[in-house]
Amino acid sequence: MPDGMNIDYDGLIPNNVGLAEDQRVRKALETWHPGYIDWWKDMGPEGFQESLVYLRTAIGVDPKGWAKFDYVKMPEYKWGILLAPAVEGRTIPFGKHKGELAWQEVPGEYRALLRRLIVVQGDTEPASVEQQRHLGATAPSLYDLRNLFQVNVEEGRHLWAMVYLLHKYFGTDGREEAEELLQRRSGHADTPRMLGAFNEATPDWLSFFMFTYFTDRDGKMQLEALAQSGFDPLSRTCRFMLTEEAHHMFVGDSGVQRVVERTVQAMRDAGINDPYDQAAERKLGVIDLPTIQKKMNLHFSLTLDLFGNEISTNAANAFNAGIKGRYREDKIEDDHDLIGATYPVLRCVDGEIVREEAPALSALNMRLRDDYVKDCESGVVRWNRVIEKAGFSFRLALPHVAFNRAIGEFATIKAGPDGVVMDAAAWAARAGDWLPDAADAAYIDSLMVPVREAGQYASWIAPPRVGIDNKGGDFEYVQIVQ
Amino acid sequence: MIMHNSLDGRVSCNIMQFMEQQMTGPVEKPIIEFRTEPARYRHWRIEIEGPVAHLIMAVDPAGGLVPGYELKLNSYDLGVDIELHDAVQRLRFEHPEVGAVVLRSGREGVFCAGANIRMLGQSSHAHKVNFCKFTNETRLSIEDATAHSGQRYLSAVKGAAAGGGYELALTAAHIMLIDDRKSSVSLPELPLLAVLPGTGGLTRVTDKRQVRRDLADVFCTAEEGVRGKKAVAWRLVDEVIAPSVWDATVAQRAREAAARTDRPTDAQGVKLPWLERKIEGGSITYPHVEVRCDAGLRRAEILVAGPSLPVPGDVATAVALGADFWPLAMARALDDAILHLRTNEAELGLWMLRTRGDAALMLAYDAFLEAHQNHWLMREIRHFIKRVLKRIDVTSRSIVALIEPGSCFAGTLAELAFAADRSAMFVGDRGGEASAMLTVGPANFGAYPMGNGLTRLQTRFLGEAATIERVRASLELPLDAEAAADLGLVTFTYDQTDWDDEIRIMLEERASFSPDSLTGMEANLRFPGPETMETRIFGRLTAWQNWIFQRPNAVGPDGALKRYGSGQQAAFDRQRV
Ligand SMILES: [Fe+2]
Ligand SMILES: [Fe+2]
Repeated sequence: MPDGMNIDYDGLIPNNVGLAEDQRVRKALETWHPGYIDWWKDMGPEGFQESLVYLRTAIGVDPKGWAKFDYVKMPEYKWGILLAPAVEGRTIPFGKHKGELAWQEVPGEYRALLRRLIVVQGDTEPASVEQQRHLGATAPSLYDLRNLFQVNVEEGRHLWAMVYLLHKYFGTDGREEAEELLQRRSGHADTPRMLGAFNEATPDWLSFFMFTYFTDRDGKMQLEALAQSGFDPLSRTCRFMLTEEAHHMFVGDSGVQRVVERTVQAMRDAGINDPYDQAAERKLGVIDLPTIQKKMNLHFSLTLDLFGNEISTNAANAFNAGIKGRYREDKIEDDHDLIGATYPVLRCVDGEIVREEAPALSALNMRLRDDYVKDCESGVVRWNRVIEKAGFSFRLALPHVAFNRAIGEFATIKAGPDGVVMDAAAWAARAGDWLPDAADAAYIDSLMVPVREAGQYASWIAPPRVGIDNKGGDFEYVQIVQ
Repeated sequence: MIMHNSLDGRVSCNIMQFMEQQMTGPVEKPIIEFRTEPARYRHWRIEIEGPVAHLIMAVDPAGGLVPGYELKLNSYDLGVDIELHDAVQRLRFEHPEVGAVVLRSGREGVFCAGANIRMLGQSSHAHKVNFCKFTNETRLSIEDATAHSGQRYLSAVKGAAAGGGYELALTAAHIMLIDDRKSSVSLPELPLLAVLPGTGGLTRVTDKRQVRRDLADVFCTAEEGVRGKKAVAWRLVDEVIAPSVWDATVAQRAREAAARTDRPTDAQGVKLPWLERKIEGGSITYPHVEVRCDAGLRRAEILVAGPSLPVPGDVATAVALGADFWPLAMARALDDAILHLRTNEAELGLWMLRTRGDAALMLAYDAFLEAHQNHWLMREIRHFIKRVLKRIDVTSRSIVALIEPGSCFAGTLAELAFAADRSAMFVGDRGGEASAMLTVGPANFGAYPMGNGLTRLQTRFLGEAATIERVRASLELPLDAEAAADLGLVTFTYDQTDWDDEIRIMLEERASFSPDSLTGMEANLRFPGPETMETRIFGRLTAWQNWIFQRPNAVGPDGALKRYGSGQQAAFDRQRV
């Protein structure tokens, strides 16, 4: 039996779940495998399947030294099934089963609920690979190209993680769902991905950084909530996925920061004092600060929609059932059952935004979104420090949660980034100030020219301070073979 | 209270009775209004493109009949269904050119989420039952339009059709489901709410769609429902359609359905104007129908006046009369009276049906309708009268027909006597008035079948074909009390000496019984003989649903309906009953 710490690389599918002894699931996964490879070749990064990419592969699941770096052709990446080590005697941390031993099998009454959560989470993983598949053509450096591919293969692995759960615990339904995860396509008219933000295009690299900062962070929040689950295999899967997700957000966080660094550096070099002088900034071949703010507004607001309705029966059910907890449930000091408790919720009443106490169980989506917004702040503070150090008064800011929303309380109103409610015509007249318009897109697009020489970086982005795996910024992170 | 000035200056008040019951002190009794018209709709839109109508559901979340719930996700309450009922009716009468109706959603991501759960959770039992009954009747009226009116319904399901939403879709002759890997059909009442898909869901799945019973069992316990090809394989829908060709295919199917109609393309529809009604004290007055409510004696008297104008010379004249043509005017008034009394006068447990007028003229109108039964409007009117009579059949009130001198129980109006639980007929004349007569006409032999597929005479004389032939032998002959009793067409006959006393005693005795047991007994005795989908919906399904609606597992403080949305699961009494 595996000890859960080491990974068995002998079979087709690397794993630490004893797949060698689990005939049924191994067969199911081996049957699914060719379809996955086909999907990767069809929908994975376009044009780089033969290139050698300096990728990190997991060799163990313990916190120290679980990664090994080497050149890999992406279709040969060792996608595997990796769960965080089991915790002896783990109990269900919340809800009405609180204190009971965590489930190692799916409880029948929660089967449909669990399957739905896993399918929705699973659907986002390949979706982002599809959204980002054209970005390789315009990467600003080999370093960034490699980071993109690292994110992509790990999203692929996250799909494997969810498919393992479906195959192992959900029988024929699970196998059907696993199959369909390969068939939906981001943005496809007939077979779209399940959630709105995952059907939007990721047209350029600033979008990619914003996506990995904001939208992968939604993934993090969802995984954190599921990592608390009383269904132990889900909890262990999510805990391991979180270690990978951290890198994705690092790519976004540092990516936006490098864009900001480059912009303010260029402005200082050119002696530009007014951060709102877009025309002057653009002449320098950098992305002006107001446009960075607009991109932020867009990705932040799209991502907020992923949290669903503020008041949600499904979320309440999932918590009460012990299936999906709160962010860092284990660090929260309360009764962990929330019966009778309340939580303040922003609601839309007669077109005004008001704060109202709502039953805490029903308000779990709102709570997770609040935690998310807080989590988003840290990067914004860092980016602003760069601007401040360069001596500019401009500050980036997250827009109000009511801005540009399509789901939940604020879907029916129009609010500016400052949260001021206005009529649709007034909003539309100002939309171009707040969200990237066609001219912004065209400008950014004009900057998206590939840079493929080791150590070289596009005009609009600064090199990283340190590279990957202690390599320098001039290391050949991708050996391009086309 | 939500008060709104209606368009014509009348003030109507949309607070349900059950809310009133929660108020303290004497308040003016608010009523639920069944009359409406497209200009007042808050939840539906009718869009007409040539021979195709689109009936679009876009429920206003803030448009609930009473406070306390939001109609999110195209969920509905009685108010939404009142508009649907009106729309279905108007499409039949006002739009002869429409041969196909597409039921669809005006909301993104959802077709219809069914009856609003918070509304059900806060409603009284009586309100839930009335709501379900009316909703069932409306669903059946949609099927009636497809079957008899040449107005074929199609459902275009885009987004989730859950519970009552799928039940609504099921009323169509053809169900299309978008194959976007999200949209599904489901009946999640049992796993989610511990109740039944009570507006025909279970029954239509097995009887209409003929879904195999074990698959139906799986379907009705799977909260998330079924989508894609499986929905077709299980016969839950007729076809699944890819999103890229969705609009084109739906339009194509609608055109194909419309092409099958026998409705005229060039005829003028008949406008259904705002129905005149005057409520004053205990009386409600319509054209041709008068209701007198006696709260003390807990009964209502419904008096229907037969036609008074001569029969129109030709069908064009009848069309020109439109909503004033007696059969249509009478049916509209009687329909509203029934709905009004059922919903707003729950304590009037006994209805007395009376008629007055010229029996010969009544038979002449029947003959006119029959002679022109293939004319689209005359056909509509006959089917409408059929549906009004069916409402009486499923009304939870004791119904007594009183056949007195001056009455007009002939042909169509004689059906009222046959719909009653019992009837009494006056023997001889009264103060110079001619003797009471009952006249059977051709209309009693097939124009107005009941929900069980039989005429009221066939139902009355179940297994007595010979009796029916004897009745037929006296077709169009006025029968006096003795002859009517001899044929078994009336229950009691009393002469002048006994009439007042016997009737008083009979009514007082009836009013003293338990209303629940009366409802149960009457519903059983009214539908002997064969079962149909319709009788199964009203009889079996509704009875089970009403039982479940009374049980703590559904409506107790820890029951599923009460706990829904709280995140807490219901606590069930596990004993099987
Ligand atoms: Fe992921
Ligand atoms: Fe990620």
